[in-house]
Amino acid sequence: MKDEITREDRVANLKGMGCSRKRVEDARFTQGQGNYVDDVKLPGMLHADFVRSPYAHARIKSINIDAAMALPGVKAVLTAQDLEPLGLHWMPTLAGDKQMVLADGKVLFQGQEVAFVVAADRYIAADAVELVEVEYEELEVVVDPFKALESDVVLREDLDLSVPGAHGPRKHANHIFTWEMGDQEATEQVLDSAEVVATEEMYYHRTHPCPLETCGSVASMDKVNGKLTLWGTFQAPHVVRTVASLLSGIEEHNIRVIAPDIGGGFGNKVGVYPGYICSIVASIVTGAPVKWIEDRMENLMSTAFARDYWMKGKISATKEGKITGLHCHVTADHGAFDACADPSKFPAGFMNICTGSYDIPVAYLGVDGVYTNKAPGGVSYRCSFRVTEAVYFIERMIEVLAIELDMDPAELRSINFIKKEQFPYQAPLGWEYDSGDYQPAWDKALKAVDYKGLRAEQAERVEAFKRGETRKIMGIGLSFFTEIVGAGPVKNCDILGMGMFDSCEIRIHPTGSAVARLGTISQGQGHATTFAQILATEIGLSADSITIEEGDTDTAPYGLGTYGSRSTPVAGAATAMAGRKIRAKAQMIAAYLLEVHDDDVEFDVDRFVVKGAPERFKTMKDIAYAAYNQAIPGLEPGLEAVSYYDPPNMTYPFGAYVCVMDIDVDTGVPEIRRFYALDDCGTRINPMVIEGQVHGGLTEALAVALGQEIAYDDLGNVKTGTLMDFFLPTAWEVPNYETDYTVTPSPHHPIGAKGVGESPHVGGVPCFSNAVQDAFRPFGNRHTNMPHDHWRIWQTANDLGLHD
Amino acid sequence: MIPAAFEYYRPASMEGVIALLEEHGDEARVIAGGHSLIPMMKLRMAEVAHLIDLQDIASLSGITIDSDGIRLGAMTTQHDIIGSAALTAAAPIIKEAALQIADPQVRYMGTVGGNVANGDPGNDMPGLMQCLDAQFHLLGPDGERVVAARDFYEAAYMTDREDEEVLVEITFAAPTGGYAYEKQKRKIGDYATAAAAVQMSKVDGKVATASIAMTNLSDTPIWSEETAEALIGTTCDDAAIKSAIAAMLGDIDPTEDNRGPIAFKCHAAGIVLGRAIKRAWSRA
Ligand SMILES: Cc1cc2nc3c(=O)[nH]c(=O)nc-3n(C[C@H](O)[C@H](O)[C@H](O)COP(=O)(O)OP(=O)(O)OC[C@H]3O[C@@H](n4cnc5c(N)ncnc54)[C@H](O)[C@@H]3O)c2cc1C
Repeated sequence: MKDEITREDRVANLKGMGCSRKRVEDARFTQGQGNYVDDVKLPGMLHADFVRSPYAHARIKSINIDAAMALPGVKAVLTAQDLEPLGLHWMPTLAGDKQMVLADGKVLFQGQEVAFVVAADRYIAADAVELVEVEYEELEVVVDPFKALESDVVLREDLDLSVPGAHGPRKHANHIFTWEMGDQEATEQVLDSAEVVATEEMYYHRTHPCPLETCGSVASMDKVNGKLTLWGTFQAPHVVRTVASLLSGIEEHNIRVIAPDIGGGFGNKVGVYPGYICSIVASIVTGAPVKWIEDRMENLMSTAFARDYWMKGKISATKEGKITGLHCHVTADHGAFDACADPSKFPAGFMNICTGSYDIPVAYLGVDGVYTNKAPGGVSYRCSFRVTEAVYFIERMIEVLAIELDMDPAELRSINFIKKEQFPYQAPLGWEYDSGDYQPAWDKALKAVDYKGLRAEQAERVEAFKRGETRKIMGIGLSFFTEIVGAGPVKNCDILGMGMFDSCEIRIHPTGSAVARLGTISQGQGHATTFAQILATEIGLSADSITIEEGDTDTAPYGLGTYGSRSTPVAGAATAMAGRKIRAKAQMIAAYLLEVHDDDVEFDVDRFVVKGAPERFKTMKDIAYAAYNQAIPGLEPGLEAVSYYDPPNMTYPFGAYVCVMDIDVDTGVPEIRRFYALDDCGTRINPMVIEGQVHGGLTEALAVALGQEIAYDDLGNVKTGTLMDFFLPTAWEVPNYETDYTVTPSPHHPIGAKGVGESPHVGGVPCFSNAVQDAFRPFGNRHTNMPHDHWRIWQTANDLGLHD
Repeated sequence: MIPAAFEYYRPASMEGVIALLEEHGDEARVIAGGHSLIPMMKLRMAEVAHLIDLQDIASLSGITIDSDGIRLGAMTTQHDIIGSAALTAAAPIIKEAALQIADPQVRYMGTVGGNVANGDPGNDMPGLMQCLDAQFHLLGPDGERVVAARDFYEAAYMTDREDEEVLVEITFAAPTGGYAYEKQKRKIGDYATAAAAVQMSKVDGKVATASIAMTNLSDTPIWSEETAEALIGTTCDDAAIKSAIAAMLGDIDPTEDNRGPIAFKCHAAGIVLGRAIKRAWSRA
């Protein structure tokens, strides 16, 4: 056989790892051909809407559904009373707590689900909601977690204080858990005798992931076949199937869960919401498919929030700036139910990554979870479990310590980085970092922005400001972060008892194309593009010939879903491993076809060649065909493989970010002059997709740092219920990002990849915040809380006397 | 965010519109671009049983500029305003303001009539029209009457317009001198934290005329005569601007909301006004 094209061409044709293959999803999305949950339309489908509580804390004295039921077109109105005989008026949460599906006797947050109205169309359902008469008796509202721990007002009357919670004993009726890591005594000793100690308190405000597509589901119970089909906005469809089966008693093989296209998740779609359960029950009750789609206000008000951490830190160092110890205490406001979406054994997620990128000999972390009259949640908004909080904490503590030491914060970081030769690095709060090479990344970043030049310019600006020549000050925001992603080893990570492995199943078709199915689900990350690239490189078929499918539990292998940047670290690894199984069998087929021993052929891009005789080869297409058309002695026909991958460790992507900001002290308006982001996510599968992920993560970081919040008044009313007040940035507010990279592969991952979707958010939030704070540092600022919206920046300037 | 049921009408003449308004009284409302009204209906803050669409009435659109002055048909969209070179030449402040309203999508639909008739203190055009001393032409069952923009606003969502009246056009004399529309907002598509509309003219290096209106700092737009007077006759130096700001602060009455506390809003209003005056003066 003669080969006309060069090896280079063959590599290019493969569109494998390392190339900026265009996203195959985009043709569909940019032409309005996506298929989201709300696009599911079934014959006879009914529409649902919730009656929600206007109060943050109230007893329900009565619910009268008569007027609503009398409205033509209304099919059912469900209340807790209707769900109780099925045992479905409450449901377990991922955090080991339980949550009301529909208000059972009382409501605990504004917007809580009270009744579920099902009607012939969406308009009738909304009209009927107004006709459901609920009589409330208002109770004292507790919105402050510190007051909650002292209050006589018991929020959760269903819990018995003498019975330990899911994470040990509870100290107060409104206390959920205490979680401790590290060595408290040793840490306190170090802090007590340290040369320099910096202390700071910071509030990481409550915010919300706010995906463009809100949450929703369509349930269709086929009573003849006993099958339930559930379409929904699920980041973890298989877990939803298992939960639905355990709760409903319907056997798991009779439940098909489909997560179709998902319009963004960011953690918002990991948990199980009352709407999902109610749509299932309503379909069983009415015998018709039932659709429930949340509106924007409901999404902001009631589906899972993120953050809401009150953090208290103490950091000690030598006079030269070598950090000697770190102490962190968090009061975590979890709202009315503990519905955090964390691996079961981690009630504060991976907050214990809060020693960051620094070699800190001893540390302690204590977290107290608290109930308040706010919506439940506590999801990882574009980050691995609580890692944004951890990184914000340490990156602020570093800045505060730099102030205490009167030292440059860039230099302070350099002094304390974990060194390359220390990896794998055993961190004091329990993690083993897989790989890292921090100093070169930091130096590259500082050089790229001319850090010294920026500091000189800033110093000049301060002088000019003091002379009255300008009203704009300048901030240089720094952040160096280490993420912990890819949950995770089954030995320490599970969700509701399900180990957090992931999976891939590949079928090669006779003509040399393939379909691969995974246990994850893309919400915009571009899995159909990048997983095909991994496979292309592993099995030598063009990425264009490989279909990636996810989200249908009847066809995809079991997996734990997509969040916490786990898809590439876990399912990506499963994909590579399954690909290698394919390749191993292909090698035997090739050897048979070439009439040589298995060991005498080797893989080369898209073929197996006879060692030393490259003109003798079989392409993977030839091999695929042979797998189905020849009887090969000792081999089964076909070419398929499946891999369930349990990662030996998490992966630890890192990055170095710099933000240059100008602030108008009179209006409080910040202007981002420059944002430089260097990411090291190990092996880079698709640089263009990475860049897109970085842009997205940084934009959500900008949002959170500069204005995005879910705010409550003293009565527990949500003050930020629409997108007018909840900040969702557009192209207008977003700067041009400069992206850069270094490559430090993960030593334990089959292809060395680490995951990148969330890093920019994790590293971006402290970078934007530090820029604001750094601008005010020359005028005496130590710390101010986010979000840095206009009035709060103005307030900082005002408090520092800059308006006098 | 699902509106209550409503009847939809699309009359082809003003007589048809007025007849429907007379028939249904305060249960009826006209809809122009819908970009204030539809969100209110979806939030069920406005329940409108009878919705009368004005878009088939051709006479309500268009921009006319002649020796009598400038006429804007009520249904002229913000996008049309921005695109009209003649209007920009005659009254450039309108384009400067319109470009700071919402985003292009909203401006394709939103009309000048809807913006000024709405009565939302957040709308930018009421203050702008007060600054220009515009006249609102209202057509009702008894014919047309004219109300000055400066007399039109009573409180949030309360105007001098009767339920059966429709705003058909806005007229004003072409302004002279320098102009500026300065607005601070949190993001694109946001209403003002503070905004100022300024027109002023210069004779012999001194301020000859000035007209100043502030937006979203009270429950109506604030056209402040004292503020203008603080400038007239001066060289628009720092002292004059300072007293203008002081006068303005005496006239506004902001409330605290998510944009910030009152002290901040007052401070921002002063800064915004100072900048607007300086820019207008530099163009005078
Ligand atoms: C995201 C967003 C951001 C926005 N930001 C801004 C902003 O920054 N600044 C700003 O000024 N506006 C803003 N708006 C409002 C926008 O400019 C509206 O389009 C405008 O306020 C109303 O114009 P409309 O033609 O859409 O009126 P509609 O919504 O149709 O009507 C508004 C009200 O006026 C009444 N009305 C309309 N036309 C007449 C008439 N001819 N006679 C009598 N009554 C009439 C209606 O009955 C209704 O009560 C924003 C809107 C959105 C959705």
